[in-house]
Amino acid sequence: MPHRVAILAQDHNLIAAIQSDLSDSEVLELRDDLAERIGRRRVRGIVVDVTALDVIDSFVARALREIAVLARLRGAETIIVGIQPDVAIAMVQFKLNLTPLRTALDLDEALGLLECAR
Amino acid sequence: MTHEVLVAIESDGDLVEARAAARALATRLGFSRTDATLIATAISEVARNIIVHVGTGRIMMSPLEEEMRCGLQVVAEDKGAGIRDVEAALHDGYAGRGGLGLGLSGAKRLMDDFDIDTKMDRGTRVTMTKWRFRDELERMKEKRQRRP
Amino acid sequence: MDTDEVLGIVLLLRDVLARRLFVEYQHDKDLLNAILDAYEPAANRIAVTVGVSFVEERERVIREQQEAIRELSTPVLQVRERLLILPIIGMLDAQRARQLTEQLLSEIQSSRAKVVVIDITGVATIDVAVADHIVQTVEAARLMGASAIITGLSSKIAQTLVDLGVDLSMMNTVGDLQGGLEEAERLLGVLPPAEPTER
Repeated sequence: MPHRVAILAQDHNLIAAIQSDLSDSEVLELRDDLAERIGRRRVRGIVVDVTALDVIDSFVARALREIAVLARLRGAETIIVGIQPDVAIAMVQFKLNLTPLRTALDLDEALGLLECAR
Repeated sequence: MTHEVLVAIESDGDLVEARAAARALATRLGFSRTDATLIATAISEVARNIIVHVGTGRIMMSPLEEEMRCGLQVVAEDKGAGIRDVEAALHDGYAGRGGLGLGLSGAKRLMDDFDIDTKMDRGTRVTMTKWRFRDELERMKEKRQRRP
Repeated sequence: MDTDEVLGIVLLLRDVLARRLFVEYQHDKDLLNAILDAYEPAANRIAVTVGVSFVEERERVIREQQEAIRELSTPVLQVRERLLILPIIGMLDAQRARQLTEQLLSEIQSSRAKVVVIDITGVATIDVAVADHIVQTVEAARLMGASAIITGLSSKIAQTLVDLGVDLSMMNTVGDLQGGLEEAERLLGVLPPAEPTER
């Protein structure tokens, strides 16, 4: 696992904290790594923290959607947190489709939402 | 004075460099944080297009200084097979090779000027520019600095 | 110290030094000229530099004030915890809309707001462009985990937007601000959920 992403397990959740801008192959590694971990143990929620990403383009958006789909297949909910204001504006102007994805402001919020879902 | 920035696009690691270079230049030219993000995102898309469809190419970013406004021009070039149907490529949801549609149409939405010059078997050049307007304060300062 | 005081002192120094040079080298006209040729532009450059620094300081202050005025003209108000109100008043062009969105999103981040009420009662004209700006603001807020309620949308305006082909189905709209605030409080769990049959 590249040092650019830290994945922590907390209760029945996985928290993936992206530490810096990722190359395309690193994004795919993250997706595959999460897919593998979801398979290994009982996971109820995944939180992907994108605070450190100052660009979210179509490739990243697609990978995030794929993570959510893979998670859903295993009965887990995915929440994206930490989208920065300028990145949010860019994504909307770009017309990136993130509709199927749930978002929250930060990790605290996301964990709270995952807790309520039970 | 700021000169043009050239980034070779050969591997996916170069996209990271291109995004960072775009942001740095945009900031240096006085663009807002949001505009810098729009520019970096647009560059990410066209650079990826080069990697996916051709494999190698380059991106040149240069400042366009005018009295009333300041621009950041991006020229993304490759010597690939060319885009057969530009109209379709700009259409949302276009799959092309690799299924990465949305790239060009999204980049066009983020930038102010957008042009594609493509010739079959000769290559493609995408030229896109983002502008910001200079207010009176900045214009006065420019004039003062230009005086010897 | 004032600009003119400082400049006055610099110019005085320049003249005093010049006179000194005259006294020192009055016996050799050629040498005096050569020295003055070197001295004068240097001394004047110093005076200009001092003057310019005052100008730059003023410009910095003007910039700060411009920024403050911009922020005041699009106030984002925190009504209660996790709830923001953004009353939009007047013309909404692309530049203002962008500034508004940036401010709102920044506030959402700093106050950790979960609901924003966007009141458009005071918007001058609603056309496709304005509707688009509002929709984009709502979507950007959602990406940051905040849901938006649009208030002040008269049925006449709603009809106009529908006629223009604007998709209102994804937006949560309430007629008046008071109703919007109540809806916001329900979303936050402050008020109990509304009865299924209302009005």
